[in-house]
Amino acid sequence: MTDADKPGRAPDDDTLDDDLDDETQADEPEVQAADAEAKQIEEERRRGFGATFIGYVTTANTVMVTVYSFLLSMVIGGVLVIVSDPEVRGTFGYFFSRPTDALSASWEAVSGVYTGLFSGAILNFDTLDRYFADDATLAQVLAPLSETLTYSSALILAGLAVGLAFRAGLFNIGAQGQVIMGVVGAGVVGFALGLPLWLHLPLAILAGGVAGFLFGAVPGALKAWTGAHEVITSIMLNYVALYALGWILTSEFVRDPDKTHAISKEVADTATLPRLSEFELFTGLRVNLGILVAIAVAVGVWWLLSKSTLGYRMRAVGLNANASKTAGMSVSSTYITTMGLAGGLAGLAGAVTVLGIHPYALTHHVAGEIGFDGITVALLGRAKPGGIVAAGLLFGAMRAGASTMQSVIPLDMVTLLQALIVIFIAAPALVKAMLHLKVPTGGLATSTAKGW
Amino acid sequence: MTTVAVAETAESTALHGFWTRSRKAGVALAVLGIGVLLIGWFGVPMGAEAGVRFNLTFPDLAVALPAKQMVLGMGAVCAAVGVLLFATERKLFMLWVGIGITAMTLGLLLWSISGPGAVLQIDTVLKGTVLLALPLIFGSLSGVLCERSGVINVGIEGQFLAGAFTGALAATVTGNPFVGILAACIAGSLVTFVLAALAVRYMVDQVVLGVVLNLLVLGLTGFLFDRIMKENESATNLAQPFPAWKIPILSDIPGIGPALFNQNLFVYLAMVLVPLIYVMVFHSRWGLRTRAVGEHPAAADTVGIKVNSLRFRNVLIAGLVSGLGGAFLTIGQSLAFSENMTAGKGFIALAVLIVGRWNPIGALFGALLFGFTMQVEQFLASVPGGSPVPSDFLRMLPYLVTIVAVAGLIGRVRAPAADGKPYIKS
Repeated sequence: MTDADKPGRAPDDDTLDDDLDDETQADEPEVQAADAEAKQIEEERRRGFGATFIGYVTTANTVMVTVYSFLLSMVIGGVLVIVSDPEVRGTFGYFFSRPTDALSASWEAVSGVYTGLFSGAILNFDTLDRYFADDATLAQVLAPLSETLTYSSALILAGLAVGLAFRAGLFNIGAQGQVIMGVVGAGVVGFALGLPLWLHLPLAILAGGVAGFLFGAVPGALKAWTGAHEVITSIMLNYVALYALGWILTSEFVRDPDKTHAISKEVADTATLPRLSEFELFTGLRVNLGILVAIAVAVGVWWLLSKSTLGYRMRAVGLNANASKTAGMSVSSTYITTMGLAGGLAGLAGAVTVLGIHPYALTHHVAGEIGFDGITVALLGRAKPGGIVAAGLLFGAMRAGASTMQSVIPLDMVTLLQALIVIFIAAPALVKAMLHLKVPTGGLATSTAKGW
Repeated sequence: MTTVAVAETAESTALHGFWTRSRKAGVALAVLGIGVLLIGWFGVPMGAEAGVRFNLTFPDLAVALPAKQMVLGMGAVCAAVGVLLFATERKLFMLWVGIGITAMTLGLLLWSISGPGAVLQIDTVLKGTVLLALPLIFGSLSGVLCERSGVINVGIEGQFLAGAFTGALAATVTGNPFVGILAACIAGSLVTFVLAALAVRYMVDQVVLGVVLNLLVLGLTGFLFDRIMKENESATNLAQPFPAWKIPILSDIPGIGPALFNQNLFVYLAMVLVPLIYVMVFHSRWGLRTRAVGEHPAAADTVGIKVNSLRFRNVLIAGLVSGLGGAFLTIGQSLAFSENMTAGKGFIALAVLIVGRWNPIGALFGALLFGFTMQVEQFLASVPGGSPVPSDFLRMLPYLVTIVAVAGLIGRVRAPAADGKPYIKS
């Protein structure tokens, strides 16, 4: 992910038609940027806060593009809800004789979905009312937030796995397979060993990380040694991991002999992530230490990327592999370590899932879609640890909302919204053109991965 | 493409030192061949028979081959090709590798059917190979069209899903599978329209875009499947029989007859599209322009080719082809749509494209190789008495083969020079 790189700095509008205006603009981007900067500073001095705010909001800067991407996706999602609802579609049949019917039905369908999402993810106002009427406990009020945090922890870790690779110019879409391997590593150590908590839990988490590391390093090594593109090898490894999990579940060592369906033995109590319900506030809630692990790891990744030599090397290779090679860095070993570390992070996401969420055991679907969601989280977070934490919380909230409100919202709605948001994020020029925003100083920021 | 390959062979010693592509492949094949020999020596009992039958064309004729000798022979062929490739540089490198791999596969196949009661149904296996290869052929042809003109199409998976969904919906609602196929092509083209618009016009990174488009289509089809299809399967998502057209005489040829000449429309379309696109890309004015735009857009621009509009048009056409591949998954196989039914086929098609060196003919052979791998996996899973390898490992086979193929037995392939780079007129 490089800011203001060549693809990022899109000329103002049209590249298809040979518009003269565009050419002059593309010719003098620097002059223009300098001009705009000076103008902006000048204007800010002249105008008050309100005007500056409007200026900020109407510019396609990173923050506003993110906000607008979110809003645009909500709008498109809403349209799809209306179109796909047969009852609402029915009211459009007589739109011109009584438009209020159609409009109110549409409004109800759309607002039902979004308020459902909100109340399942953040705050349910019914519960809040009951709480004030002394009918519900504080824990019940906090339950949606607990769900959000539970889902977020794995998403943040998976997002870091994709984001870290992005910084080195690698596109890790193999996070799903690495998550699966992490689940296996953590799960097996979790049920096979009998150790005290202080040793068992860290060991199980570590095992998940190591399993992910080894599996993640494979596409890195293949790219470094043979030049095979990591997008293809890592997506193929996703399927390999999936079937490996299937085989592991049939082995006698892993399989729970008391169950008829394919499920492994349960992780020992000493290896499960303790719930935060020790605190009175969270009594009976699912949220566990995993979220703290995720945030701690995010801080670690931030340190790695911005303060360590290895992180510097990763970013240098990501920005320009040839220049890094000339400067004496080993591009191949950077690819391998980066993909390994990314896999390790995804492995941690798997560990947090299997050690933190019921049924605390391996199943075919234990990894869900965490790895693929990690791609959207990383893109939304713009491959920066802080952004990834925020994006992980947002998408975790959407997952939690959709899961608790399954009667109102199809679960795929969340995948859809995530993908829409990320497409807009990846195409700031589109958002800018749709909403007639101004180009910010320094050009538009976007995410890039290398082609073949 | 051919000139590049020859030049590579001549210069490869200078470029890669001792370990040339030929030497590496030679060692790999020799090791595999020796493996097959060992299996034949220790794994197959003396006097075991491998039953082989053309079950569709000559159902009465059953041949029992001496399994041990055959497996040993195949292993020897594979090892010999390996030694040959190691010792000398051959001109038709790919052909030799193909012979070696085919011998190895046949050896393993004979091993797997050497047990009592197992019969290799050749006609069924070949027919299955073609059917499994078909979506890969359409997908990689779509990739050829996109990437020859300089746009990376990672979204083939998404175009498949869109085509499969729309095809099933339109075919069921109208009751006419051909309307469904048309709708599927249009749906595929709509997905590539988004790709083209964002990649060519708004210069979004194409690999990122492709992956996200896949997620978008996955979410969209899943969402619409939930909302529209699930409640009312019979009216929106019905598996309908799709007629096979039998070509007289040709369809009676043992082996390839049922595979190529007693199939439905999709197989015939593929048989037309592969040579058509090959000729169009390499021997037509449009093809020359397309390749120019994919290799050196600035040069193409100076001679008056409208780079971005040509790219836009080609990407839209590519969408029609991959949409067709999607239609095959539902209409062509007489299946109803199910969520995420593509299961990575779009990505395998992408790998096929790379293995086939961005060439329609290469892609065809690549697709057949992968189709064969998948068919062997399905065949082995159904061998009576169970296969010696756990079924989960067999299911990994196509994906592992993809990795091995992309990772380098084929040698480093060269993509069109401007593949994935947006063209900014200066």
